[in-house]
Amino acid sequence: MTRLNARIPEGPVASKWTDYKSSCKLVNPNNKRKLDIIVVGTGLAGASAAAALGELGYKVKVFCYQDSPRRAHSIAAQGGINAAKNYPNDGDSAFRLFYDTIKGGDYRAREANVYRLAQVSNQIIDLCAAQGVPFAREYGGLLANRSFGGAQVSRTFYARGQTGQQLLLGAYSALSRQIALGNVTLFNRRDVLDTVLVDGKARGIITRNLVTGEIERHAAHAVVLASGGYGNVFFLSTNAMGSNVTPAWSAYKKGAMFANPCFTQIHPTCIPVHGDTQSKLTLMSESLRNDGRIWVPRKLSDVEKLRNQSIKPSDIPEEERDYYLERRYPAFGNLVPRDVASRAAKERCDAGFGVGSTGVAVFLDFADAIKRKGHDTIEALYGNLFQMYEQIVADNPYETPMMIYPAVHYTMGGLWVDYELMTTIPGLFAIGECNFSDHGANRLGASALMQGLADGYFVLPYTIGNYLASEIHTPRFDTNASEFTLAAQGVTDRLKKMKNSGGKESVDHYHRHLGKIMWEYCGMARNDAGLTEALYQITELRQEYARGVRIPGGLDEYNPELEKACRVGDFIELGELMVRDAQQRQESCGGHFREEYQTSEGEALRNDDKFASVAAWEYNGGEGTASLHLEELQFNEIKLSQRSYK
Amino acid sequence: MNFTLKIWRQKNVAAKGEIISYDVSGISPDSSFFEMLDTLNQKLIMTGGDPVAFDHDCREGICGTCSLYINGRPHGPVKGVTTCQLHMRSFADGETIHIEPWRAKAFPVIRDLIVDRSAFDKIIQAGGYVSVNTGGVPDANTIPVPKEKSEAAMDAAACIGCGACVAACSNAAAMLFIGAKVSHLALLPQGRVEAAKRVQKMVACMDELGFGNCSNTYACEADCPKGISVTNIARMNREFLGAKLFAEKEKVVRDSL
Repeated sequence: MTRLNARIPEGPVASKWTDYKSSCKLVNPNNKRKLDIIVVGTGLAGASAAAALGELGYKVKVFCYQDSPRRAHSIAAQGGINAAKNYPNDGDSAFRLFYDTIKGGDYRAREANVYRLAQVSNQIIDLCAAQGVPFAREYGGLLANRSFGGAQVSRTFYARGQTGQQLLLGAYSALSRQIALGNVTLFNRRDVLDTVLVDGKARGIITRNLVTGEIERHAAHAVVLASGGYGNVFFLSTNAMGSNVTPAWSAYKKGAMFANPCFTQIHPTCIPVHGDTQSKLTLMSESLRNDGRIWVPRKLSDVEKLRNQSIKPSDIPEEERDYYLERRYPAFGNLVPRDVASRAAKERCDAGFGVGSTGVAVFLDFADAIKRKGHDTIEALYGNLFQMYEQIVADNPYETPMMIYPAVHYTMGGLWVDYELMTTIPGLFAIGECNFSDHGANRLGASALMQGLADGYFVLPYTIGNYLASEIHTPRFDTNASEFTLAAQGVTDRLKKMKNSGGKESVDHYHRHLGKIMWEYCGMARNDAGLTEALYQITELRQEYARGVRIPGGLDEYNPELEKACRVGDFIELGELMVRDAQQRQESCGGHFREEYQTSEGEALRNDDKFASVAAWEYNGGEGTASLHLEELQFNEIKLSQRSYK
Repeated sequence: MNFTLKIWRQKNVAAKGEIISYDVSGISPDSSFFEMLDTLNQKLIMTGGDPVAFDHDCREGICGTCSLYINGRPHGPVKGVTTCQLHMRSFADGETIHIEPWRAKAFPVIRDLIVDRSAFDKIIQAGGYVSVNTGGVPDANTIPVPKEKSEAAMDAAACIGCGACVAACSNAAAMLFIGAKVSHLALLPQGRVEAAKRVQKMVACMDELGFGNCSNTYACEADCPKGISVTNIARMNREFLGAKLFAEKEKVVRDSL
């Protein structure tokens, strides 16, 4: 086991980034156009990075599996984006945003990175406003803010319930401008299946053209992965159907370490599962918790009556309702962080108080808010969300309480990166949800959009320059070099082997099975025995999958089953690593709740002496094996304490 | 629930397509349209058939990836939703459902129900942005925007770029898509600086790519899953005309110097 060095600049936390920017190496504009950069992914992180790097004059190639860069799953983010503007004059500052993010992440994120994030947050809002992002405004014409996800200040900027969409379209428009100017070349409908290393540095990628099936080689002086999170390892999640870990996993197998894979976020307000053919879950914005009250019946007899529909939720009198978040956490009530809210819902449902036909749901009730603020105000605030709910569930939330249940939503773990967002492979960078760095063990609401755009617009353009300054004498690469040929051959062989394996079951069969194992043993609550069982089951699944899976169609044509087969193969391997990581982390923190480690009141119990560190896993060639490395987390600015929302 | 599906099958852009009939049974009314198609595809995979290719991704109505022309309407019979948000309870048990791809010259079929919509990306590349670089912009609150304008801009910006407007239009026009982007930016002070050039470039690009013209049937608005209004087309026309007159006036002034 080695200790990882994050190469954090010296000096006080508040001046690290400023000092870094004034001392990092720069690349002359004449040299920038001789340097190629590959960006994988066109979500907030990828699109903003590709646009910003194109503006600087680098030659950028950007890749996405979707038909258009505008469709990346950042588009589905609803609630908002945080910034420390302090426009409402309610006491916010970069330090407070930094403090809240470290605390919200249960003290498992790196101070220096998070402080930088808080510092650049304001620039993001300025840039997006200049791009024409239609943020919500007050009558005076200035920007509106709201409190979000338990923050005690109003620092969240939003565009109705479609903030991710509007920010992504802003980044997409900046990207489109660079494409038109010829600084960026777009490759859509491409899967990135391998990372190519030359002399130990990342120098390219191998892609599959999803329309023609052609295996393509692309070279560059540096590679940036912005390929998003891996929530689909659970099969059912709020991620898009195509969201996958494959580009990051290929980098892992080439030597990039994977950090804190077990840190996953289960979001408390999603629409409950309806049945066995369900393909994905839909999130209802967390902003609903600002006005909705969460409850289940106090008496099991009422649960029973609700289920056989002899009473309606509104028939249950106030004193027979258990507003369990308000009961357990009087200070924060319904606005406790996501991990806490999710676990509390699971606790009630496990105890038999769950509602709905499956018993795996809780009420989110707006009756009080409608009474207090009026129907029209609630409609103005949440109209599109209510409409979405009604469309999916065929129930009117103005009249009867919504039913919600937690679902997998975001993955805090990801490729390990240093302060410069570089992985353990020189020249390979990871940004956005794809890396691990800023959210610790739990991400706060409205922080994902902030991090994606911070990395892409304002951090990477500096740090990648510091790396590329030493590459100006490196000529453009020939993709006929043996390293590229070998990698391309490896991809072709893998696809052929999978295609010809002739298994009985389809890819989805295995994916569903994996999802069930992960949700059961590595979901909202974990314990040693369960994780051991999960490891056993996943190993079996991996072996079965390797023996054969049924894939129709050919290699050289549009073949979605083949695409899925690669992704699911990687998810199975990742699932195994997640379980190992969850097993070694013998503490509870944030979204990682080990049942053995809890306070007498059932709250997460950290072990700072042993686990105030990042667990980074290194692939060592074999199947199902990996070596663990640690990065000790130093807390100089913030004193570690028990997170309390009571 | 049981359904008979009449689905357009086409191997690739060059191949000739045809309608093939399939039966699906035991579908839950709570299933989404795509979960119903997933069930069909699983059946096809297990029986050695060729699964139906269709575009889909977020399955929550926001990414704009999904298409499908269902029973003669883009995104099917329910107003204001995308195909991925359509549920089988919106159909009658035993119904025959016709499923085709978007039909437009500018959207060639890639396979089965999948079309190539990169023409939309090209239109945005022609000018659908405010030309600002990262950094060096003023504080966000130095650009006040009247709330009504900002709300109207947001209404237009809600377009998901799915292409239903083109599919619904008998002329395969992209006017609602372009009108929405032109309006979104023209309504905001940030977008005014380049407004005249933007509309001209985007319209020129649209013509080049083979989209048709608007003949005011309002079919686009009726079938837009996000309820984008045709007033955006009117605003675009006004912007376009204004830009043209302004350009002519500018030329006269220039020539006289």
